[in-house]
Amino acid sequence: MFEHFPFWPARASTSAGQVDALFIFLLLLCGLVCLAIFALIIVFALRYRRRAGHQAEHIEGSNALELTWTVVPGCIFLCIFVWGAYIYFQERTPPEGAADVYTVAKQWMWKFQHEEGQREINELHVPVGRDVRMIMTSQDAIHSFFVPAFRIKQDVLPGRYTTAWFHATKPGTYHLFCAEYCGTMHSGMIGDIVVMEPAQYQAWLSGGGSTLPLAATGEKLFSELGCSTCHRSDMQGRGPNLVGLFGKPVLLEDGRTMIADENYLRECIQNPTLRIPKGYKPIMPTFQGLVSDEQLNALVAYIKSLKQSQPKQAAGSSVAAASQQPPATQVH
Amino acid sequence: MSDSSPTLAAHQPGLQHHFATMEQQTDASVMGMWVFLVTEIMFFGGMFVGYMIYRYMYYGPWLEGSQHMDFWWGTINTAVLLCSSLTMALGVRASQLGQRRMLVTFLLITILFGLGFLGIKSIEYHGHWVDGQFPGANFRFSGPNPAQVELFFSFYWAMTGFHALHVLIGIGLVTYVVYRSWKGAYGPDYHNPVENVGLYWHFVDIVWIYLYPLLYLISHKHLSG
Amino acid sequence: MTTAAVPMRERENYLNQEYGIKSWLLTTDHKRIALLYLLSITFFFFIGGFFALLIRLELLTPAGDLVQADTYNKLFTMHGQVMVFFFLIPAVPAVLGNFLIPIMIGAKDLAFPRVNLLSWYIFILGSALMLYTILNGGVDTGWTFYTPLSTEFLTTNVVAAAMAIFVVGFSSILTGLNFIVTIHRLRAPGMTWSRLPLFVWANYATSIIFVLGTPVLAISLALVGLERMFHLGIFDPRLGGDPLLFQHLFWFYSHPAVYVMILPGMGVVSEIVACFSHKRLFGYRFMALALIAIAVLGFLVWAHHMFVAGISLYAALIFSFFSYMVAIPSAIKVFNWTATLYKGSISYTTPMLYAFGFIGLFTMGGMTGLFVAALGVDVHVTDTYFIIAHFHYIMVGGMVMAYLGGMHFWWPKISGRMYPEGWGKLAALLIFIGFNLTFFPQFILGYMGMPRRYWQYSPEFQVLNVLSTAGASILAVGYLLPMVYFLWSMRYGKIADDNPWGAAGLEWMTTSPPTTPNFDEIPTVTWEAYNYDQLTEVPVERQ
Repeated sequence: MFEHFPFWPARASTSAGQVDALFIFLLLLCGLVCLAIFALIIVFALRYRRRAGHQAEHIEGSNALELTWTVVPGCIFLCIFVWGAYIYFQERTPPEGAADVYTVAKQWMWKFQHEEGQREINELHVPVGRDVRMIMTSQDAIHSFFVPAFRIKQDVLPGRYTTAWFHATKPGTYHLFCAEYCGTMHSGMIGDIVVMEPAQYQAWLSGGGSTLPLAATGEKLFSELGCSTCHRSDMQGRGPNLVGLFGKPVLLEDGRTMIADENYLRECIQNPTLRIPKGYKPIMPTFQGLVSDEQLNALVAYIKSLKQSQPKQAAGSSVAAASQQPPATQVH
Repeated sequence: MSDSSPTLAAHQPGLQHHFATMEQQTDASVMGMWVFLVTEIMFFGGMFVGYMIYRYMYYGPWLEGSQHMDFWWGTINTAVLLCSSLTMALGVRASQLGQRRMLVTFLLITILFGLGFLGIKSIEYHGHWVDGQFPGANFRFSGPNPAQVELFFSFYWAMTGFHALHVLIGIGLVTYVVYRSWKGAYGPDYHNPVENVGLYWHFVDIVWIYLYPLLYLISHKHLSG
Repeated sequence: MTTAAVPMRERENYLNQEYGIKSWLLTTDHKRIALLYLLSITFFFFIGGFFALLIRLELLTPAGDLVQADTYNKLFTMHGQVMVFFFLIPAVPAVLGNFLIPIMIGAKDLAFPRVNLLSWYIFILGSALMLYTILNGGVDTGWTFYTPLSTEFLTTNVVAAAMAIFVVGFSSILTGLNFIVTIHRLRAPGMTWSRLPLFVWANYATSIIFVLGTPVLAISLALVGLERMFHLGIFDPRLGGDPLLFQHLFWFYSHPAVYVMILPGMGVVSEIVACFSHKRLFGYRFMALALIAIAVLGFLVWAHHMFVAGISLYAALIFSFFSYMVAIPSAIKVFNWTATLYKGSISYTTPMLYAFGFIGLFTMGGMTGLFVAALGVDVHVTDTYFIIAHFHYIMVGGMVMAYLGGMHFWWPKISGRMYPEGWGKLAALLIFIGFNLTFFPQFILGYMGMPRRYWQYSPEFQVLNVLSTAGASILAVGYLLPMVYFLWSMRYGKIADDNPWGAAGLEWMTTSPPTTPNFDEIPTVTWEAYNYDQLTEVPVERQ
């Protein structure tokens, strides 16, 4: 249904159906209520219009009615709230194992970096049937990643990552719009999301010439920038071991505990002295201004890939980090 | 408060035409000042909220910034304002009792204290400026997290700046009241403007009493180690 | 109630008591100040409307071909700023509220008449700054001034615009302060809180918001200005600042501001519906409490403008929940107005037509609020034309219609003249039709995915945009008509009786227009509000 209904957006993700269901319910509910109220007003206005011999009757009110039309709408509203919250909760909880796409938004274009290494501008190719997680940041003002066909939208902020995820269900090309006013060509900051059958997507991946996977780019940077000097996996480094760090809680020098997510890693690179783990000295230099957002993305992708059980060419060591528990990654 | 009948009130000086009695006018006037002070709380409140959020996020830099405040000048200024509130309150009392000379004296001392506050603030501001502690292009700080320390100073200058502006306005208001007091406009029957200006002055003092520990006293939390 | 056969010109009233520009510019009479405000806000209504017309003309075609992108961005920014801060927020309170509140409560003026005049001069100062902004090349931040765009990336008159709104905010604050003290302290003997007309309750609730919310806007804009001038970094992530802090501070005021914009309108509608049903409003107590509830709850929902901004999931849940809570008192009001019609004696005068329009359109706009309060739906429709349609239904379909209804209702009292009823009805009809044609298509556009603030758009959105522009042209005619016939009526309109509608309320017990002190003697009130059972109906031909 609604496939070719005019004035209805295409439905191309798992969220779309859910959002549409709630929307249609609301349309029906509000339509009915509006019609009922309009009907009452028209009926009363006609039936009780002023004419000779008819007096207005003086009615103070009715506590029973007031209670009814307070509680009943209240209950209905609560149901709508719960339904909407449920959808939102799902939209904001990316599933495990989603493919990451790093996004850098800038006035007035979208830059995408696939995990496999492909870079795209204003166009994003994704396979149908896969969870895709957008990890996004802005180089300047606030933008917003909006794909009407997926019913998703997420503001993209400078200085931090925000995320959105989707699971495309229908091949096709869909609009991407920037939805947060960002200056002169805000209305030109648009693109296409190209959803392909898995086979076609694989073909597209290998068709563009060989590109280094994002994490491998990150590994190169990690070495070039000198990170590997202090962040060693053999416990000799002046900095904490990063293997297996991602996703774990970290106890900081100032007593706070933070989860080492993408934003944490980004902050550590940009403002390391704000995120000193307990037991370490504040000697890491800041890389703010020295690495571009794309390079940051590569570094984050690399650090994320350093899993405890499968060290992906961990710099200089083949020892699994599982047996070593550096103080910085103690679970609290 | 004497309950004047409407006819008597009509002859009272200072009673505006739309009020039935002096009592009604005074009540309205005091209520108006209180409502105005509520708006001032909301105005400063925005800055306090921003300060608290960033302090939570960047405690280290906040601590650092606070250590660059001049503890002694800040403490002296707090004492100055507290004394000025005392003299203001004594002035209000004098107006209630019809003691014109005392009223004028206390108000003048209040003004002096206010000017003293602003003078000390100028000294502090000058010091911060010379040390490169004004945010923007000329900011310099050699320790860690200079951006966040600059943020602390942004709040320092904005909050104390707006506060100082309010002290200045207060001095203006008190000056006006001194002039009118000298002319004998206030007595036991009518001293409402003195009370209202007193309220305003006390409010400005209270804002400082919050600013002082938040800006000057963070670092002393860890005195004991 | 017949008047003595003394021509209006000979009876002394607030209009003819004194002539000359000085008597107007230095007046402390709340009624004259109300008219000064009327001039100012009408002027800005047409400026804002002109910007809207240009926007709708540009949007006739998908390509950006009427104006340049930067110009378009300035148009929608200044349309919003002018309409919100220089028209909607002051409209009912500063014009109708100023004029009527003292009379309705049985007072001779507001508590602080000189502060009232000062508030108008502050409005003028803000207006001058806004006009400077417009004429000096405009501003293109969006009316919401989001950082870091407004602080770092624009070269237009951002500081001037921020200053203009900062200044004009103090006009509101002083008006609100004046109303609160007046309603507390200047009620006539016997005029208890439960005898106050709902119009007074509505302005009281509005004034609470003025006093508590506007200062936060002031500091938000001041910080934006300081950041631009001194590169402070409070909202700049490169300097450790947080752009979301601005959004929180901004919306903390700007959400209650929308209740500032609707509550007085609700008060107007209550007066009109009671009068032209010729009976007491149904559920007076609940109506009064609902006004206060909306004002209070309205302070707890601001981050529903930020569901996709990057706030935490749990914060979003809380704000969505409270957004549903604030919908409940609004719903109660719609039900009570409808119930007031039951067994009434209803006349279809122009004000009543506007009231009907208000109830219908406010209901539609309010119901779409249920859509946007739903987190899952809002993710899709926020920042699209769905939101634009939602708030225009409430602010234009609701508030502007209430304002016009109130202007027609109290015009005889304000001017001593009747407006031409036929033209009044025609204008109301044109406005209703034009409005729906303009904004209903925008709901569809929004769900389809057309983002807001788009100078150029994808071609599939064109048909609905053309419909919308067509509606706007009808709406424009509808708005021009009252301008013309109100002015016409001041000279040629039928001379009004003191109470041409047979309405309840102290204002209808004064002359039309009232004398400067409103009352020779302060009345002592011994009757309840809306005492229509004690009032005879006015023959239709007198209306």
